[in-house]
Amino acid sequence: MSNQTPPYAIELEGISKRFGAVQANKDICLQVPKGSIHGIIGENGAGKSTLMSIIYGFYEADSGTISIDGEQVDIRNSQDAIKVGIGMVHQHFMLVENFTVLENIVLGAEGGAVLKHGLSAAREELKRLETEYRLDVDVDAVVEDLPVGLQQRVEILKALYRGAKILILDEPTGVLTPQEADHLFRILKSLKEQGVTVLLITHKLREILASTDNVSVMRQGEMVAHRETATTNKDELAELMVGKKVRLKVTKDTAQPTGTVLSAKDLSFFDSQGVERLKKVSFELKAGEILGIAGVSGNGQSELLNVLSGIAPLSSGEIQYAGQTITASAPKNAAQMRDLKMAHVPEDRHKMGLVTGFDAYEAAVLGYQNSEVYNGKVLMNRKAMLSECEQRMTDWDVRPPDPFLKTANFSGGNQQKIVIAREVEQNPEVLLIGQPTRGVDIGAIENIHEQIVKLRDAGKAILLVSVELDEIMALSDRIIVMFDGAVVGEVPADQADERTLGLMMANAWNEEKGAAEA
Amino acid sequence: MFETLILILDATLRVSTPLILAALAGLFSERSGIVDIGLEGKMLGGAFAAAAAAAVFGSAWIGLAFAILASVGLALIHGFACITHRGDHIVSGVAINTIVAGLTVTLGLDWFSQGGQTPALTGDARFTSIVFPFAEQIADVPVIGLIYSELLSGHNILVYMAFVFVPATYWIVFKTRFGLRLRAVGENPHAVDTAGISVALVRYRAVIICGILCGIAGAYLSTAHNAGFLKDMSAGKGYMALAALIFGKWRPVPVLFACLLFGFLDAVAVRLQGVALPGIGEVPVQAIEVLPYVLTVLLLAGFIGKAVGPKAIGKPYVKERA
Repeated sequence: MSNQTPPYAIELEGISKRFGAVQANKDICLQVPKGSIHGIIGENGAGKSTLMSIIYGFYEADSGTISIDGEQVDIRNSQDAIKVGIGMVHQHFMLVENFTVLENIVLGAEGGAVLKHGLSAAREELKRLETEYRLDVDVDAVVEDLPVGLQQRVEILKALYRGAKILILDEPTGVLTPQEADHLFRILKSLKEQGVTVLLITHKLREILASTDNVSVMRQGEMVAHRETATTNKDELAELMVGKKVRLKVTKDTAQPTGTVLSAKDLSFFDSQGVERLKKVSFELKAGEILGIAGVSGNGQSELLNVLSGIAPLSSGEIQYAGQTITASAPKNAAQMRDLKMAHVPEDRHKMGLVTGFDAYEAAVLGYQNSEVYNGKVLMNRKAMLSECEQRMTDWDVRPPDPFLKTANFSGGNQQKIVIAREVEQNPEVLLIGQPTRGVDIGAIENIHEQIVKLRDAGKAILLVSVELDEIMALSDRIIVMFDGAVVGEVPADQADERTLGLMMANAWNEEKGAAEA
Repeated sequence: MFETLILILDATLRVSTPLILAALAGLFSERSGIVDIGLEGKMLGGAFAAAAAAAVFGSAWIGLAFAILASVGLALIHGFACITHRGDHIVSGVAINTIVAGLTVTLGLDWFSQGGQTPALTGDARFTSIVFPFAEQIADVPVIGLIYSELLSGHNILVYMAFVFVPATYWIVFKTRFGLRLRAVGENPHAVDTAGISVALVRYRAVIICGILCGIAGAYLSTAHNAGFLKDMSAGKGYMALAALIFGKWRPVPVLFACLLFGFLDAVAVRLQGVALPGIGEVPVQAIEVLPYVLTVLLLAGFIGKAVGPKAIGKPYVKERA
């Protein structure tokens, strides 16, 4: 055996990048062997995406070098990155939605000033790529008509068409069902067999363990560890990510549900385009339980939260709550629902939960701004707002505990704590909570989960919507699965497993059951 | 009756020409994501530059060249504000319109001392009609003769150019590499950036093309349709062109028909001046002149379905900080 190591597909040395006061990347070193799948894991804000953006030429590093196949390269923009064989599949797809697959793939590599010739050459080349890597896509389909899983394949093809030998995938499974994700990992394996090097960026431990050869862990802008995947485990990686022991499980007692507080019957909702977003959704929510709504993002969960909270009007069906019957002809708006002690933590805190230009103490009363507590005779009672905000910041460990700090300047986790504290402290009967821990770091996740369970134990009803299956399974007492606007199944939490829920989320459960019986 | 119709259609072509040129100009700009409410100003600036240069040099073609230069200059200012400095497209466009409206008159007064107008243009300083071969000879042949000699023949070169630009625009936007990038940059600039293409460069090219076409439209107004520059002679045509662009859903051929429709209504309005219609009486000319605007509002309000423009229009492109 020769003692000379073959050159790495990609090697980083001493990469640093600073954005203003934030050191996003600090002295990063990384070596990725050719033809391997290399995972990079870290919490949100650990600097993974910045690092990948540097490799792909979106940003220039302040210092450090990048070598491809042992040769140092100078990557100043995406064009340079493409030239040295780097392809990237972004978290948010970089596709032109009203273009065909073919047009999207040739964009930037058209092969001539007039399209005609280039397009037919591309068509031939794509046929070859599709068979070689088993990536079937109809090249004449319009991208916006394709499901996300296929759109992602278009992104992969786009990179391969440009001759990518190193493929970077940034949080590729966020929008996929578990089955689609499995398919993606099969594709990555076959890419690897063909000699492609894959860099997989994720914060999901399970994916790293299931699909990578090596894994590097990032924490607060630094590369803290490199491991061979086979020699590590979930607990070790989680600990490396966060820097302290964490519990991945939520500890809670069995739920003691009492009476029904809210019952929904045949709820339907048509959006402004006339598309039926909710299809006859019925369920009952009991006091003292957490009802989890699982589903791939965009299958009606957001609309369900909107009609329940009064943000969107029902198209048909009825909601029984607090002695009231809410129907399409007798609607209640969001303020009226709040008065009936229904609190809502919206899925998108930036769009619906907060005004990010407000100071924290102002954001902390949104939705309850007319309450007597916050108002004097004419002006708002700023003193009361401030002292309450300070109190909550201590109770909920919001950092920094500064009521005058602009909401936008808090981290995601702390913003979320401000929103949840605002809703929970009103002592609601029902809490609607969407994506409670999206973009929230692990430390804060634990805290938020504890608070939700505490509220349940106080006998309140909680409706939890999350696209994180782990979160749904850890928190819920009962799980409902939604697909395409309808409820496709209900499972008690103690009988739920990932496979069953995943199949239900892809609406393949009934089909598979049928096939097994046949 | 037939002769009247031909005359109205003939007039339609003449009044539609600046609309078509300006609307195609807007098409390039807006397809790239740059809102262009400044079509009006660029056209007016072009009209002034064309008339001034034509008066000084005695050549309509030199006038045209100056019109294009002036209009491209204004387009680049708009581009600099919107693309490089990520300014608000509407504010920049309105600023250009306002500046040009004042500047043309001020410069005109200073240079020519004719109350803000340029000297009347004659001979080579104007674009003159091109008479097709045999137009005279077959003018008396029924139907075809009139169509050939009146409707098709006898326009100036810029009218024919405008009509040639429509299929040319279609070809460029839908069949070339530049067109693909142009459409992509107006829909999802991030996709263009990650494909290794400069978003700014594509957009600058688009606004330059927009400037060229507006310049031609302006030259048409002052050196072809009229014989000299008059204060505010674009008279809202830039806004009409913008309406036609939306009406035609940012597609060259429908945009052409929208322009022709507006031009037709304009031509009819001129014809109907002082004419008493049977049963209605004399229609106030304002009532006809307002039709294109009413029509645009009505049609946009639902008769043509939703006019969905390029998705990234009016949004400055900022690289995401991941």
